[in-house]
Amino acid sequence: MAKTHVTMTVNGEPAEGLVEPRTLLIHFIRENLSLTGAHIGCETSHCGACTVDLDGRSVKSCSMFAVQAQGAQITTIEGMAHADGTLHALQEGFRMMHGLQCGFCTPGMIMRAHRLLQENKTPTEDEIRFGIAGNLCRCTGYQNIVKAIQYAADKLNGVPHKEAAE
Amino acid sequence: MTTTAPTREQREAKLEGMGCKRKRVEDVRFTQGKGTYVDDIKMPGMLYGDFVRSQHGHARIKKIDASKALKVPGVVAVLTAKDLKGVNLAWMPTLAGDVQMVLADGKVLFQNQEIAFVVANDRYAAADGAELVEVEYEALPVIVDPFKSMAPGATVLREDLIGKNTGAHGPRKHHNHIFEWVMGDKDLTDAAFNKADVTIKELFSYHRTHPSPLETCQCVASFDKIKSELTLWGTFQAPHVIRTVASLLSKIPEHKIHVIAPDIGGGFGNKVGAYPGYICAIVASIVTGKPVKWVEDRIENLTSTSFARDYHMTCEMAATKEGKVTGLRVHVLADHGAFDACADPSKWPAGFFNIVTGSYDFPVAHVAVDGVYTNKAPGGVAYRCSFRVTEAAYCIERGMDVMAKKLGLDPAEFRLRNFIKREQFPYQSALGWEYDSGDYDTAMRKVMDAVDYAGLRAEQAAQREAFKRGETRAIMGIGVSFFTEIVGAGPSKNCDILGVAMFDSCEIRIHPTGAAIARMGTKSQGQGHETTYAQIIATEIGIPAADIMVEEGNTDTAPYGLGTYGSRSTPVAGAAIAMAARKIKAKAQMIAAYKLEVHEGDLEWDIDGFRVKGLPEKTMSMKDISWAAYNSPPPNMEPGLEAVSYYDPPNMTYPFGAYICVMDIDVDTGVANIRRFYALDDCGTRINPMIIEGQVHGGLTEAFAIAMGQEIRYDEFGNVVGGSFMDFFVPTAVETPKWETDFTVTPSPHHPIGAKGVGESPNVGGVPAFSNAVNDAFSFFGSTHIQMPHDHWRNWEAAKKFGLHA
Repeated sequence: MAKTHVTMTVNGEPAEGLVEPRTLLIHFIRENLSLTGAHIGCETSHCGACTVDLDGRSVKSCSMFAVQAQGAQITTIEGMAHADGTLHALQEGFRMMHGLQCGFCTPGMIMRAHRLLQENKTPTEDEIRFGIAGNLCRCTGYQNIVKAIQYAADKLNGVPHKEAAE
Repeated sequence: MTTTAPTREQREAKLEGMGCKRKRVEDVRFTQGKGTYVDDIKMPGMLYGDFVRSQHGHARIKKIDASKALKVPGVVAVLTAKDLKGVNLAWMPTLAGDVQMVLADGKVLFQNQEIAFVVANDRYAAADGAELVEVEYEALPVIVDPFKSMAPGATVLREDLIGKNTGAHGPRKHHNHIFEWVMGDKDLTDAAFNKADVTIKELFSYHRTHPSPLETCQCVASFDKIKSELTLWGTFQAPHVIRTVASLLSKIPEHKIHVIAPDIGGGFGNKVGAYPGYICAIVASIVTGKPVKWVEDRIENLTSTSFARDYHMTCEMAATKEGKVTGLRVHVLADHGAFDACADPSKWPAGFFNIVTGSYDFPVAHVAVDGVYTNKAPGGVAYRCSFRVTEAAYCIERGMDVMAKKLGLDPAEFRLRNFIKREQFPYQSALGWEYDSGDYDTAMRKVMDAVDYAGLRAEQAAQREAFKRGETRAIMGIGVSFFTEIVGAGPSKNCDILGVAMFDSCEIRIHPTGAAIARMGTKSQGQGHETTYAQIIATEIGIPAADIMVEEGNTDTAPYGLGTYGSRSTPVAGAAIAMAARKIKAKAQMIAAYKLEVHEGDLEWDIDGFRVKGLPEKTMSMKDISWAAYNSPPPNMEPGLEAVSYYDPPNMTYPFGAYICVMDIDVDTGVANIRRFYALDDCGTRINPMIIEGQVHGGLTEAFAIAMGQEIRYDEFGNVVGGSFMDFFVPTAVETPKWETDFTVTPSPHHPIGAKGVGESPNVGGVPAFSNAVNDAFSFFGSTHIQMPHDHWRNWEAAKKFGLHA
């Protein structure tokens, strides 16, 4: 099948490759760019394990073609930690509040939470639950994911966070 | 500058041992997208496999034509049963003593059954090829209802078994019958029913569902023709068992098979067994000489690899009019689909279903289970439970509620009257188990106090009156559940998988600097073993958990173990850790005695080293002992500080818990609002309370899903209805209730550290709590039992049936 040349910016670095028109963005990211943080859990856009940040939106990269991301600015989980190696507030929050178990949904969940906190810096618990409803987790029951996001929101807002993980 | 010696508290804290909420080691990589899951593995020249699957539930295969597929650019090979027969792999043994087609041999027995395996140089080409394989079918009559399976004229499903009147578990009564499994004393039970004041009889169907971990089943097989060695990476909950089975099937010697389970994205029982995808990837790698990756998609996962439940339980209970249970009789019709592919210990065709007497002192009981074939996917695995314990707990907990209503007793009060009392442990159950320890009264009363149970019942009565007056359209349900699990399989005297005894193992090596590595026969799929196992070692031998690396999943380096499922990791491998650590501690004590120039008996353990009794300043830390063990051991002592333990448990462990669920059901929409869920778990000694709470949250969420909507349903033609996340209910953060957790601690008397296991308890106890709440709500309007799952439609239908819509 004829291939198309795509270029985009991924985690601040230029990225390019030759893809079939039907190549899914998630496959381009995982296989061409070898960024395997984003995962595939359903291939029908339900689970959100493949969520990345694209031009300021949360995108399920299993439901978008790589060619549609031509010229896009993409952030994946690999781009979240700070340049000095310290963790982003969300990554820290997920660890501190026990917001993950098997870790398979975590990269997508953190990317979604990252965009949610851009859209709403002080979400309520219900707003967090609604905001991550496109991302499924089979291990945690979400309760500690909500706390992890609250932890990160507090940290990003410079507010002391008191509550410990259950 | 002066430095002060650390206090005892500081030394304890530095260890991060048992009982502390240690943050997880695994999270550092997982939160940065640096886990390594099977699909992340990439090898030079790697090929991809994809299945052609059956459109029919039951059909003869007239012809398979792969010619068009083989013309697709990139397609390398198409395997069918004919090819596999050449290497004697068209069929494979199941863990339950049955055999299963790897690729359809002559006919297909369930929709989405594997027919051909297309191998190509990328996953898109493999999918293109699979589209173009032409299969000609001749449809056959389909059986999806297990109650019709053994009808006199029922169509023959398993032609390979024609004439075989005996199966792996005894006589077969019908050509679609698999086994009958009987436990207990029939005559004594019949006698108890004959003189009972009150009896009940009710069918409790536990519907077919699926573990559906977020990562599906997958593998990479790489056969090295020069070395004649096979390396197999896969989503394996039991990597050593997979290696042994692979060796027996492929005839490749076991030392030339390297099975590696990397990070696993959830398992919940789905990743215990061996699947056609693994066999096909191995054969394809041998045929092509290249590594072959197989990754199932979500629909394939839900419709082919291992469903759970599908147990239809007729429960009869006898009691005195004062409310004391006197007998239990249960008959189960077990639907195993096309092949009996349970992952139970081999001698237990119905798992540990004989835990069905639950937490109650039944003097007599009798259980019979009939397994049957249908045209559905093969299984059934233990979905977040020890083998068939969820089914048993559901049966007894619904039975107790139905009986309580008939006696006019409150369900919590009825349970309290019948609990096995604390002083009765160890308790011999009527169906053959020896319960290790328990304090059921305390747990039940603690939960009732916490939720103000009496207040809730008063509120419910008031709400019911308000409903009758037309002031509200909601009815309130209170679900009580008290479960006893049986986990930690298991003692070799009665537990094995295909002849391999169900011990587990740990090898600990202390390095000269006092750091350590522990290698295990188990395999975490999210349970956090790297974190908690280190805590056990830290407490046992005084090395900080941060200085201990826990490694699992590589069969070349790990000691042989039976893997992680059935909540067996802490009960079995956790015990092996303690035993290995104690061997190290014994040697350390000899070294310390020599160095401190005292008799061993003059030493006592103190947090992170030994000290001389009565001379607290004379000490030797484990760190110093480690160095001495390698570099200046006592004369005639071998250098080094390491130990391995294979632990064969003397008994199972019996975690328990009390759950109460409060919900309001809108009779016009059927929507159930879970107002409150309070869960008390007693898992014995608690290693990491943070991880326990996380496990309980997750298990309750899966219980919520199963009870309230999650189902793998088939239509009458054998079509799967609900085979994707569009239809299969996996709750989001919005639907998921908020959980309140609590605990009591009743250690296991026979376990080295008293721990019992917890990962599955919330699923076992949660499902009956939800179902009892729904049934409780409708019971006041004339309902005895409503089958699960209690989705909105079924709730609406129940409301209509009992006249609540008027």
